[in-house]
Amino acid sequence: MISEICGTLIKKEQIKGISETRIKSMYERMVLLRLVEEKVADLVSQKRVFCPCHLYEGQEAVAVGVCESLVKEDYVFSTHRSHGHYLAKGGDLKAMIAELFGRGTGCSKGRGGSMHLVATDIGFPGSSAIVAGTIPISVGAALSFSIRCKRNVSVAFFGDGAANEGVFYESLNFASLRKLPVIFICENNFYTTHMPVSAMHADTDLFRKAGVFNIYSIRIDGNNVLEVFKTAKEAIERARNGDGPALIECLTYRWRGHVGPNYDIDKGLREKAELEWWMKNCPVKRIERLLVEEGILSASEIGHTKERIMDEIEEAVSFAERSPFPER
Amino acid sequence: MRRITFAQAINETFHQMMERDKSLFLIGQGVTSPWYVGTTTVGLYERFGDGRVIDTPVSENGITGAAVGAAIAGMRPVVMHPRMDFMYLAMDQIINHAGNWRYMFGDQVSVPLTVWGIINRGGEQAAQHSQAIHSMFAHAPGLKVVMPGTPYDAKGLLVSSIYDDDPVIFVDDRWLYSIEGDVPEEIYTVPIGKGVVRKEGDDITVAATSYMVHEASKAALSLKEQGIDAEVLDLRTIKPIDEGLLFDSVRKTGRLVIADGGWKTCGVAAEVSALVSENCFEYLKAPVVRVTLPDTPAPASSALEKKYYPGAGDIVRAVKNVVGRR
Ligand SMILES: Cc1ncc(C[n+]2csc(CCOP(=O)(O)OP(=O)(O)O)c2C)c(N)n1
Ligand SMILES: [Mg+2]
Repeated sequence: MISEICGTLIKKEQIKGISETRIKSMYERMVLLRLVEEKVADLVSQKRVFCPCHLYEGQEAVAVGVCESLVKEDYVFSTHRSHGHYLAKGGDLKAMIAELFGRGTGCSKGRGGSMHLVATDIGFPGSSAIVAGTIPISVGAALSFSIRCKRNVSVAFFGDGAANEGVFYESLNFASLRKLPVIFICENNFYTTHMPVSAMHADTDLFRKAGVFNIYSIRIDGNNVLEVFKTAKEAIERARNGDGPALIECLTYRWRGHVGPNYDIDKGLREKAELEWWMKNCPVKRIERLLVEEGILSASEIGHTKERIMDEIEEAVSFAERSPFPER
Repeated sequence: MRRITFAQAINETFHQMMERDKSLFLIGQGVTSPWYVGTTTVGLYERFGDGRVIDTPVSENGITGAAVGAAIAGMRPVVMHPRMDFMYLAMDQIINHAGNWRYMFGDQVSVPLTVWGIINRGGEQAAQHSQAIHSMFAHAPGLKVVMPGTPYDAKGLLVSSIYDDDPVIFVDDRWLYSIEGDVPEEIYTVPIGKGVVRKEGDDITVAATSYMVHEASKAALSLKEQGIDAEVLDLRTIKPIDEGLLFDSVRKTGRLVIADGGWKTCGVAAEVSALVSENCFEYLKAPVVRVTLPDTPAPASSALEKKYYPGAGDIVRAVKNVVGRR
């Protein structure tokens, strides 16, 4: 049952073995992802940003929990819903916002927009808007690590919908055959655009699809950042040690509609009660609550963090709006 | 006659044809979506049900192949791709299989399939969500490619595509969807392989496809004011091209500008130019000019989009260049 996996509080014991600094930094990063997406939603509503934006709000724990165990030289490949992955890997906020504004100072020089973010200096070589397009590419990057005997890993973020493309299965098989250091992160947010996962997959236990290729696979609560962190960390370690790929199915939920700032409730695509259940199960609030209860962060520290991040975001927006449009 | 929009014409055609022909079904990712296909499929699912209006997983190659198989087995499927960009994932089934099948088996098995591809560009959607790849299909043998530019032709060519016993690629453009025009209520056909003169003129031929027909017509109006009488051809089908219509016009005017929303190299415009130079060389008073996309991917930034997509202004400039160069 989904509600059994995702509907619980983060347990105190789960902190064990993770340093306070690390937990705080993951929390701050999640707040960054959250506040950025809320700002972007406003910018789109205000018609200041025009490119199609697929917002990551609600899924923050996945990107942050996974990227926490990566180094700069590891690769992350992303999708149309790329803001969270880019920021979690350490992408520059100003360059991202400027990209959404179509400016020459954008990370892709205004050519890519929201769906095509890039940050070559921190191991984020691009995001593709072709569903499943970056799955084989992640495998190829892992192949290059393997050929050159590097201890790096490559991570493919993709959705439940991408697991319907044939290339997903081809990629799983090849990665397993060659024992490549690639981690498949399937973010199951229960929707492929307007279609629920149950209408798209004959077997909705998506993690099981990797098992038949002899790939270690597991389904976890993608809204619990500590669980994501621990599971991903182990998988990444194994991959670095030459023990081959893994697939982690992270159960999560996108708060906004498929694209843009709306909620896809009015269109009759999903139930308001369902959205509200997931909002109650907010990945940011869950970790925040634990941090407060354990005395790791105080309410006023949290307030300051949010203010500081908001300032950064506002600065990035004004940087973007002051930036020139590209010439070519 | 009634005036309805391009999108309404498509929607009406599906309603009427699915009612008439039980072997017709519609399949593709987003056929029930409120945003993918504009309003072209409104009411179909409610009326014909899940058996004949099938929204699919994101599995373009598999789903297109399934449509090919159903066609071989006697159905008349229409497989929809909400953006032409996603058709690249189904190229194998469309070209290797559907296009080759009849020839490969000595004309014994046909594939009465319609592949409906929608061009959906602009709006800062960037390189993977803006492509007009009709020419790719025109290049491959065994496929017909139609590109209606008016509501009337949308209906007539969709009916012809469905009735055709071989695979037809039916390409439309979201920029056309709100354009209104006269459309008969009853079912009729527009023949595949036949273009039409949209405006007569003596000084120069402007041969255009799909949305660019409207830009060409706008250009012709402005050229008229400047004393240049352009003849506007709507190719309607890009494979096979209506050579008779094209050659007659060029033989009359002696000049040709081609306007197409695809890329320049190896595109429809290049093909039209080659046909004319092979067949009308002695009639040409000036070199042929192509107005197309530049050979670069689509940008996101609207500042770049403005430069990227050709329009009436580009056609006017091209025509004036050609006419000036006697
Ligand atoms: C090959 C291809 N087919 C269709 C689309 C249209 N499309 C864009 S996003 C999307 C949904 C993908 O769903 P999922 O993988 O679950 O990711 P999510 O949007 O839920 O993050 C689809 C079908 C596309 N971009 N590429
Ligand atoms: Mg999804």
